[in-house]
Amino acid sequence: MSAAALPLWADWLVGTLVLAGAALALLGAWGLARLPGFFERVHMPAIIATGACWCVALATAVFFSVRDGVPAVFPLLAVGFAAVTVPIATIFLMRASLFRARQLGQDVPPNVSRAAPAPEDAPPPDRS
Amino acid sequence: MTPMLSWALPLALFMLALAMALALARLLKGPAAQDRVLALDTMYVIGMLLMLVLGLRYGSSHYFEAALLVALLGFASTMAMAKFLLRGEVIE
Repeated sequence: MSAAALPLWADWLVGTLVLAGAALALLGAWGLARLPGFFERVHMPAIIATGACWCVALATAVFFSVRDGVPAVFPLLAVGFAAVTVPIATIFLMRASLFRARQLGQDVPPNVSRAAPAPEDAPPPDRS
Repeated sequence: MTPMLSWALPLALFMLALAMALALARLLKGPAAQDRVLALDTMYVIGMLLMLVLGLRYGSSHYFEAALLVALLGFASTMAMAKFLLRGEVIE
């Protein structure tokens, strides 16, 4: 069903990395379910996209490298892709959320770009 | 099956499924639309991890393509929904 014979050190290394990755993913999802506001919650998937992704991808790389005898770098492609895309999506979502919070008149920092002024009369930014 | 992986991989799969259930709870509860989008994005990333761990479990590298596909679709859908929240339409 699974790997033929990994040496014992590779077995423990892969098992520890996979368990660490799953524990980090559980931690991030728990924070996502428990934290009170959106701007606290938006930090939580970051630990999944960095810590958990790196642990699981390194475990996959070690597993296939040791089993096949050739260095397997393809799992690092997934974590590289996540490292490029997840910050873009998160920042975009945060901007959308700030925009919606300003539209609703909630207490969020004012818009500092000149293209779209804030709905209420915001104080000018400190230029010192 | 090797001594540690025989119990570590099912345990990791269970923990990832639990993490996905927590994100699903936020998806169903989330007061605003952006909370739901964030929870869906998290579920996509956890789904990618789930695919990688399944590939380890069955000793096959074919799950890896599915993991990349899940990550790509998650990025595209999150960007589309964030754009919709920001502008009210996806393609202007």
